[in-house]
Amino acid sequence: MKVKVISRSVDEFTRERSQDLQRVFRNYDPNLRTQEKAVEYVRALNAVKLDKIFARPFIGAMDGHIDGVSCMAKNPTQLKWIFSGAMDGDIRLWDIASRRTVCQFPGHQGAVRGLTVSTDGRMLVSCGTDCTVRLWNTSVDNLMELGHSTKNSVEPASVHVGKNAFLAVDHQWDGELFATAGAQVDIWNHNRSEPINSFQWGTDSVISVRFNPGEPNLLVASASDRGIMLYDLRMATPVTKMIMMTKTNSIAWNPMEPINFTAANEDGNCYSYDARKLDEAKCVHTDHVSAVMDIDYSPTGREFVTGSYDRTVRLFHYNSGHSREIYHTKRMQRVFCVKFSGDGSYVISGSDDTNLRLWKAKASEQLGVVLPRERKKHEYHAAIKKRYMHLPEVKRIARHRHLPKPIYKAAALMRAMADARKRKQERRKAHSAPGSITTQPLRRRRIIKEVE
Amino acid sequence: MDEAQDNHAIITKKKPSANQDISDELDLKIKKYLRGEAASFEDLKDRKLKRQLSVREELYGNAAKAAAKAEKWLMPNEGGYLEAEGIEKTWRIKQEAIAKEVGLVNLRNQYDIVLPDLGPYTLDFTSSGRYMAVGGRKGHLGIVDMINLNLIKEIQVAETVRDVVFLHNELFFAAAQKKFVYMYNRDGTEIRCLREHGAALKLQFLKNHFLLASVNKFGQLHYQDITMGEIVGNFRTGLGRTNVMQVNPFNAVVGLGHAGGTVTMWKPTSSAPLVKMLCHHGPVSALAFHPNGHLMATAGKEKRIKLWDLRKFEPLQTLTGHANTLDFSQKGLLACGVGSFVQVLNDVSGTQNYSKYMTHSMAKGYQIGRLAFRPYEDVLAIGHSMGWSSILIPGAGEPNFDTWVANPFETSKQRREKEVRSLLDKLPPETIMLDPSKIGTVKSTYREKPTKQEREAEVEAAVEAAKGTKLKNKTKGRNKPGKKIQKKQDAIARVKRPYLEEKINEEQKISHKKQKTGENIDLPKSLQRFARKKSS
Repeated sequence: MKVKVISRSVDEFTRERSQDLQRVFRNYDPNLRTQEKAVEYVRALNAVKLDKIFARPFIGAMDGHIDGVSCMAKNPTQLKWIFSGAMDGDIRLWDIASRRTVCQFPGHQGAVRGLTVSTDGRMLVSCGTDCTVRLWNTSVDNLMELGHSTKNSVEPASVHVGKNAFLAVDHQWDGELFATAGAQVDIWNHNRSEPINSFQWGTDSVISVRFNPGEPNLLVASASDRGIMLYDLRMATPVTKMIMMTKTNSIAWNPMEPINFTAANEDGNCYSYDARKLDEAKCVHTDHVSAVMDIDYSPTGREFVTGSYDRTVRLFHYNSGHSREIYHTKRMQRVFCVKFSGDGSYVISGSDDTNLRLWKAKASEQLGVVLPRERKKHEYHAAIKKRYMHLPEVKRIARHRHLPKPIYKAAALMRAMADARKRKQERRKAHSAPGSITTQPLRRRRIIKEVE
Repeated sequence: MDEAQDNHAIITKKKPSANQDISDELDLKIKKYLRGEAASFEDLKDRKLKRQLSVREELYGNAAKAAAKAEKWLMPNEGGYLEAEGIEKTWRIKQEAIAKEVGLVNLRNQYDIVLPDLGPYTLDFTSSGRYMAVGGRKGHLGIVDMINLNLIKEIQVAETVRDVVFLHNELFFAAAQKKFVYMYNRDGTEIRCLREHGAALKLQFLKNHFLLASVNKFGQLHYQDITMGEIVGNFRTGLGRTNVMQVNPFNAVVGLGHAGGTVTMWKPTSSAPLVKMLCHHGPVSALAFHPNGHLMATAGKEKRIKLWDLRKFEPLQTLTGHANTLDFSQKGLLACGVGSFVQVLNDVSGTQNYSKYMTHSMAKGYQIGRLAFRPYEDVLAIGHSMGWSSILIPGAGEPNFDTWVANPFETSKQRREKEVRSLLDKLPPETIMLDPSKIGTVKSTYREKPTKQEREAEVEAAVEAAKGTKLKNKTKGRNKPGKKIQKKQDAIARVKRPYLEEKINEEQKISHKKQKTGENIDLPKSLQRFARKKSS
């Protein structure tokens, strides 16, 4: 006879001294954990509810401007600094951590319409409706010195005067050129007072311009004739032009996939395009109920933020049709500019009510030092939410957002209009000769033509 | 030289077979952790979704593999066993013989507590197996710490006690007494009197849902949420008085055995039983569920013990014998007790074919009322008319416990933490269903085409309905019998019409298809002029 019986001595399973850690034993046998799916579901449900409870995205407002904020620029070398320009010609540098003005850059007579910082962070370029382009020296030593002295305003390093008002400016990612948009696209050098090159296509003014982060010589611009143009600095003429039904207010390249860019359109949608194939959008991001004014990509390239004329800021996943998050406050007016912070964890919006607002990119994220156990728990919650996100109850709670009444109503109205259009189109199709009417997908519908 | 080469060849041949064995063993282990087969994505048209799902399946596979590989390190304890040598039979081995072979620590688990005045005794273990609650019929309640065999508390309630059950941890237990169910804490203080249950005969606690289930003298089944005190369900079984009740640990469905030979299964959200099956030709005397939830054992008064497959609701095996009480151990041993005799059955081959494993007879005259395997130990506790006893059943318990599931060596701090966690994960009563893995899956809306018979039946029913309608009396001249017949026929034709049209459409489709396929076949030249002309 061979016999063995389970025997456990207490010493083996408990700690010797009170300073010791408790011993932990694992057995992953599914039979020991009954109804684990139901338990996981309940946990997922609790996790989404907790997300809702902890969703407090608004961190604070930065006030100081005396007119609407029109443009912003982030300093690529300094995580906590952001420049903002206002409609009254005031330019300020903000410290995001303390939410205070570090210094001011006085000089512009009219509205500041464009701000950009060189990649090394030493030069700030601003342009405005007073037909001037101003260059400011913003090296860290220079500004730190200023912070200690009582006088906190900076003199421009140089001022260039143009013929027409400027509407936008962007600096090359790898080089010392920058481009301004106005009556035409001008390419400038830091050291020259005249543009070294200028491009023109049509007579309408150019609204926005943006250099490609991967290919330094490529830039995209949008004009008020509803066109989006691609320029190559090595060529004398523009590369491509595509005309949409409504004009594009702003454009942002995806920093991780620099062939793709997203255009913030006047019709309330954002259109993601592949720069090589402009006859069809890769994705249409709908949800805003009014013109989208500005757009900025997260440095991760996975999501982007948009600010709209409907007084809201929305966050989109780079390939999803609807927004992941909507931010609004009672006091926030028309949003003219938005920026993702350099580490992708904050969003800054500048609006007509003279304030810059700081938001968390993930509404329910825990700020401050997260202990390892907490982090593990957050990760577990994220995984379990992802696993059960398609279940109706979990989805409902996760999707639910409180909307301001005007936006809720406008969204309902727009939905009704879209439905009516769709119904009409279907009926028209049903009552005409087969094949005579084709329905274009939304990705293509808003594009009028592509010109080479 | 040749021989050496041959040897080498043999060695190289043998090696992979050893590897094969190891991988087979690993596969078996992996299967345990996979929790069912992977879904097939053959019919899926969405390529993006297909990719996402296949990636996820791969992750599950990897997780199962990692768990199987980690078993070696995480679960070092081997389970107990009893093996006969030569002509020995395992069921002839007495407890005394086992006592000689095992260590001193295990000897403490073989004892008889004789309390002749207050019996018969019923008992219950906490989920970790550390504590045992005992209840004597004459009002004796007690809690025993099983590791050092300390009596933590005993009280005398001076009232009939029919059943005791632990709630979520050892701090609280419930007792079914003469008129009502009472909740006590570890110090013996009465916390609640649960009047709604009435004179309960049997209690069960659903620990994931914090529900206390009871069946009372009048055959009423009550569910009470013990966190909020709310009665979740109150159902009349309508099948008479019974004290045969057991929770299926796999899906928290309560099984009741009735005097008519039926077994019913209940959930707190429906007033009708989920399942009603005739198991025996006489009254059902005992009921037990296997921990994996796929196997049920029932005992009938007509001297049969049956094992049922709960996935198909079919009997797997019928054994002869009485049993007043049945219990499955964590490793799937089945203990049956009748009179003063205990028999333990084992599934040796792993094919759910139970055979005799061990037997134990107690002193003559002891009436066994309750058998309970102690979780995570090779111990069977017996509650009988003269007190309670404990015997060793090697191979009964799970050798490796999980600290986060049930820890026999739990400190009070760990217990407090676990209480909070389990309350956070408390399941709503709606999650009790026959197949709990259904949660989180999609309800398929796809409906198959009705069969020919079904369609004919539908048509017939419609025609009958049309015939049955009474015609209104019309004005003179329009009310003639001939007109009436005509109208009725018209109505019938009208009803039949959509079905006929559907049929014609389908036939057309089929013939169209046939033509399409037929077009490509080259006809002999003489027949080609009859072929359908292609429209240009």
